[in-house]
Amino acid sequence: MEEKKLVVALAGNPNSGKTTIFNAITGARQHVGNYPGVTVEKKEGYTTYKGVRIEVVDLPGTYSLTAYSIEEVIARNFIIDNSPDVVVDIIDASNLERNLYLATQIIELGVPLVLAFNMSDLAKSRGFKIDTEKLSGLLGVPIVETVGHKGEGIDKLLDTIIAVGQEASTSVVARQHRPNYGSEIEPHIRELTEQIERLCTKDRARWFAIKLLENDNETIKRLGKPDGGCPEHLQEILAHANRIREHIEGITGDAAEIVFAERRYGFISGACTEAVTRTAESRHEMSDRIDKVLTNRYLGLPIFAILMYLMFQMTFTLGSPLVDQLDTLKDILAGAISDLWPAHMQESTLKSLVIDGIIEGVGTVLSFVPLIMLLFLAIAFLEDSGYMARAAFVIDRLMHKIGLHGKSFIPMLIGFGCTVPAVMATRTIESRRDRLTTILVLPLMSCSARVPIYTLIIGAFFPTHQGFWFFLMYLIGILIAIIFAKVFRVSLFKGESAPFVMELPPYRLPTARGLLIHMWERTWMFIKKAGTIIFMIVIILWALATWPKLPARQKGIFEQQRSQVRADKRITPKQINERLAEIAAKEHEAELEYSAIGRIGKFIAPVFKPCGFDWKISTAIIPSFAAKEVFVGQMGIIYSVGEEASEESEPLREKLQKNYSPLVGFSIMLFLLVSLPCVATFAVTAREAGLCWAIFQVTYLTILAWILTTIVYQVGSRLI
Amino acid sequence: MTARPAGKDKPSLPPPMPLAMALVGQRVQFVGVSHGGVGLSHRLAEMGITPGEEIKIINRGPGPFIVEVRGTRFFLGRGMVHRILVRPL
Repeated sequence: MEEKKLVVALAGNPNSGKTTIFNAITGARQHVGNYPGVTVEKKEGYTTYKGVRIEVVDLPGTYSLTAYSIEEVIARNFIIDNSPDVVVDIIDASNLERNLYLATQIIELGVPLVLAFNMSDLAKSRGFKIDTEKLSGLLGVPIVETVGHKGEGIDKLLDTIIAVGQEASTSVVARQHRPNYGSEIEPHIRELTEQIERLCTKDRARWFAIKLLENDNETIKRLGKPDGGCPEHLQEILAHANRIREHIEGITGDAAEIVFAERRYGFISGACTEAVTRTAESRHEMSDRIDKVLTNRYLGLPIFAILMYLMFQMTFTLGSPLVDQLDTLKDILAGAISDLWPAHMQESTLKSLVIDGIIEGVGTVLSFVPLIMLLFLAIAFLEDSGYMARAAFVIDRLMHKIGLHGKSFIPMLIGFGCTVPAVMATRTIESRRDRLTTILVLPLMSCSARVPIYTLIIGAFFPTHQGFWFFLMYLIGILIAIIFAKVFRVSLFKGESAPFVMELPPYRLPTARGLLIHMWERTWMFIKKAGTIIFMIVIILWALATWPKLPARQKGIFEQQRSQVRADKRITPKQINERLAEIAAKEHEAELEYSAIGRIGKFIAPVFKPCGFDWKISTAIIPSFAAKEVFVGQMGIIYSVGEEASEESEPLREKLQKNYSPLVGFSIMLFLLVSLPCVATFAVTAREAGLCWAIFQVTYLTILAWILTTIVYQVGSRLI
Repeated sequence: MTARPAGKDKPSLPPPMPLAMALVGQRVQFVGVSHGGVGLSHRLAEMGITPGEEIKIINRGPGPFIVEVRGTRFFLGRGMVHRILVRPL
């Protein structure tokens, strides 16, 4: 026999530690892609254990397999369509009943299942004593205890996976105990199952029957398809299912799907009563004590505000010096390349492309990586510790005032990282009105692409109290978002906000490994973007800033001036250098004005004049629609093309300081905060909400940005 | 196992009230949702909030509640606490 291969799907609730188990099994051999047709991340990895190649697919974290969310549909379809050899359900052992609900649904699907009781150490410390052997017997499913972040139990889990995977799946499934729905319902399930087997499919007929009784739309769709389904008999089967549904409702007084959920929990409760003993009611003791303070109705909000402030202060205080160092490194690199360049090709275009375009443009964006890493680290800490969910509770009061609720807060928080995943995260908001309102204001959450802009401007114009200015920009975004959410709620999307419920995980100390992985995944996205999209745009911008070249006649004028200065015997060498620098700056300016980007900038400059922007800033604002960070890169290019790169070249920050007032600096930040969401945001909004809403979003934000910036600049310049 | 809400046939039980009226520390039993439709009830049921189940009120803000059902903590928004009907135990 050749190398044996097993395909394993990892299922589990969010927060069950699924990712840590996935990492523990596959190590670095991972591949991240998307599920076909949707933007839900699909992680795959493999390992070879005892001569068996085990391929692991990480299914999206879900609480159940009902088709309420896209994640649930994906997880479910993967199991049905790909029939993995083994499904491993990661169970948070300290929250057993809720986690076993998914397990009962997987059992009903009739696939070989292994349960990994993760965080079993935590369960013990919380006063749970689980007799896994007994529970395993009651469910008819093997159970392995693991502690994911310590790597405990992983070998045992792999042994079990191999043992289960190499057995015939029918005999594994035959040992499993499915929930029993009681003597009133079971005979009807059997009738419907037989009908489906007879007319439609023998595969998973009981599962299809139960899903039809639960009025599950996805299942109806699936059975309506010619391949695997039976469109010609669908109406007959549905009519039968509906009769049974009505019957169940008649005898229980509840909708059939509720009865099914209730009986599943009953089955779980029954098993847990026998196999689990609680030594103390202490599961939530610690969490409760922390919650008494953090979700206190008076203290909650101030604490939240302080935590956010500390987050930015920490990010800035620790990150800024690192950014400066990277910036210096970038200049040293540029200088070194310039020195190494063959002497007879000093004026070559390629050299300009490498130094002025790539190093200056991409390098400027990349030098902000430390700041972004720190910010993501702080956010990962708040998420992993369980505080994020509490923050939603605390902020719910404010959100309610603007006609949204705490659930919209989570996409907004993700929006501080990047608007694109934030828009996707709005899928958990059931009501379309709430969802659209949230999407429309999401770009106002300052995303990581704004960080380089804020850092550059604040560093140049507001070097004292940097943390405060940073915090202020975020706050302005949030305030505008609040105002406009309210406006939309009373105009476009009238009506009550939908009720919502969310699980609160207990507080836990995040593991260093988990934090680092979360931080790195997001930071890597930023770096990748700099290396691809931004790289391309920067090259285009560099080309636009380089051509057409100044005509020889005009160049000659500057040459002439230079030789005049050099020949001047009356002035000191120091003064000569100063004069030469002045001429170089003038020449640089003339070159830029003559170039394509200069002409474009001049052409649109009148539009931005009321905002206080000159044509140079205008040339950087337009391409920032592609990606906001490009603004910083473009300013770098504008102030360096044609200039002699050297280690002593002054930082971009100082050039800005020389050329603009702090008021212009603030106006730039304000405009880029509010205006034009980036292309990626536009695309994801168009997909999630529709093209019209995406266009509306771009339009209202840009007009708003222009008006606000104009007011600030005009009023400001009269006051100062 | 599945304690049915017996309100209809046992008039001696107190009538259901919105969860919003319950106090912290009070023990109440889930009865159902008002004007939410089956979708909402089903979602709650899948989370383990099924008819007859006990809801412990852990904390209440000015609108939302933190409750415990089957050992799991839930955060219920303001709209939700007005729709969930409970009966004191």
